[in-house]
This record gives sequence, C-alpha cells and structure tokens, in this order.
Amino acid sequence: MISLANPTRFLSLVDRVVPWLSAVVVILLGVGLYLSLFVAPPDYQQGETVKIMFVHVPAAWLSMLGYTLIAIAALGTLIWRHPLADVAAKTAAPIGATFAFIALVTGSLWGKPMWGTYWVWDARLTSMLILFLLYLGLIALWQAIDEPGRAGRAAAILGLVGAINIPIIKFSVDWWNTLHQPESVFRMGGPTIDPSLLTPLFVMAAAFTALFVLLHLIAMRAEILRRRVHALQQTQVEHAALAEA
Amino acid sequence: MLDLGTHASFIIAAYAVTFVAVGALVAATLADDRAQRRKLAELERLGIRRRSASPTVKTSHSIKTTTKPKAARAPVKRKPATPRKTRS
Repeated sequence: MISLANPTRFLSLVDRVVPWLSAVVVILLGVGLYLSLFVAPPDYQQGETVKIMFVHVPAAWLSMLGYTLIAIAALGTLIWRHPLADVAAKTAAPIGATFAFIALVTGSLWGKPMWGTYWVWDARLTSMLILFLLYLGLIALWQAIDEPGRAGRAAAILGLVGAINIPIIKFSVDWWNTLHQPESVFRMGGPTIDPSLLTPLFVMAAAFTALFVLLHLIAMRAEILRRRVHALQQTQVEHAALAEA
Repeated sequence: MLDLGTHASFIIAAYAVTFVAVGALVAATLADDRAQRRKLAELERLGIRRRSASPTVKTSHSIKTTTKPKAARAPVKRKPATPRKTRS
C-alpha cells in the first residue's frame, strides 16, 4: 500500500488492472441485467415496478460509498498529506454525483406509481438530495480554485463536514416517519426481500461497484496525468522565458 | 417479449436514465483520460521532461529520462572509535 503512494507506481498498477476490471464489469452487468429483466419475478405488491429497485438501490449505495471514500480521502489529505488522497477525492465526486442523480431520478420514477407522487420532502429523500448538492458543491469548489493543493484542502474540509449526512441518510428511515420504506437488506434479523429478488439485486450491486472502481481508477489516472501536463507546461513557459532573457 | 405490466413507461424511463447517465459518465471519463495522454505525449515529443521521472518503473505514461545515473559514492572514511572515558 505504501508503494502505491508513488503516483508512477499507481499508474503502472492501473494499467494492469483496468483491462481485467473492464471484463468483470461487462460480465457482471450482462448477468445482472439478464437476471433483473428476464428472471426476477414480479413483486406480490409492487408488480413489475420492483425492477426499478435493481438500478435504484445499487445507485443509492454507490452514491453513499463514494462520499464515504471522499471523507476518508479528506483525512488522508489533511492529516497524512498522502499524494493520492486529494486525487482520489476529486475524481470520486463526479462519479458519486452521477450515482446520486440516478438514485434520485429512478426513486422518483418508482415513487409515482407506488406512492402516487414523484417527490415528497421526507427525511430519506431530502437527505439524499442534500448528498447530491454536496457533490455538486465539491465539484464547484475544485473548479473554482486553480491551485490543486489549496483546492484539495478546502474540499477536504467540506468533504469531512458533509460526511455527517451519510449516517443521516442510512438511519433516516428509522429515526423519522418516512414515506420511503424502512431498511430491507442490511438490517438486524436479515433481509426482508425474497431471495429471487435479492440475487439480482446483489449481482447488480456488484456490477455497479466494479463499474465505480473501474471509472475511479481511470479518472485518477487522468487526474495524475493532468497534473503532470500542467507541471510540464509550466516548465515549458519557464524555459521560453529564460530563452528570451 | 418482455412484459413490464401497466407501469412499463416508468420502468423503461428508469433504465433509460440509468443507461444515459452511466454512458455519459463512462464517455466523459475515457475522453478525459485520452486527452491527458495525448497532451503528455505531445509535450514529450517536444522534448519537455519531468525532472523526477523515473526510468525504473515502466508504464504507458512513463517519460524517458536522459538523466545520468548517480556516480557511486566514495567510501566514507570513519575515524577509529575512541574508548569512552568512564568515571571510576
């Protein structure tokens, strides 16, 4: 792990991992979509709309995982000054924001036929919207500050402060009376979902997780290269100025 | 044929949004990765190198360095150890 603190070694690892992980993502997504659309039976109450769960729930999990990753990376930036922590946090934000967006929209599309409304300001939906806005805030912060070190520290503080929202999202359905259904997978006493629906859900969750990791690794590689390009361009400008002088 | 029941439009819309959003994310990530590789290759072609580039670790992005290996250090001559004065 310590050797991966070296960006060049990290790039070497990413080059080796990406082709294999791409294959894993394609296989898992193919199997997951087949199980979700063609094998999973309709729910006895929700009918075929339960198929929305197979994209909605993994997207919601990944959006929370992405922010947890940003909070851990923020500690790495502020405490240990790990050279890749800032890169990891910055590149996780757009991916997490996309999954949060998917969770919000698919949840809304699931809510209309089941609840009779696209949106309600209950604790789960509102805290999820706040998560999406936090992601947008982080992305805006990184775009607003040119110097990567300063941007990284400012974003790390916002990332840590915003992390309080993660347990609020998780336990909102227990703490408050919400229209959103209570926890039905990771709960004391085991899942309340039938295995015929749980299996496709877990396969899709594995596929989304592998996709998240794959995109994050590629985005981190691109960010490291961007910083190298920026440094080289500065060197080029300095050389040009020296040549003129 | 897939029968999605009376709420088919909601199910199709949910999957369509997911595919479009994930597809856009994948496309943007890959495009950025390719753009940075291209920029770095262009700078390398112009002969601009990183000072800290290491020739020992080979990656598709590694920049060849023209720095010479450091000369071996001359052995350091140490003074012979002197016995410590101890209190008697």
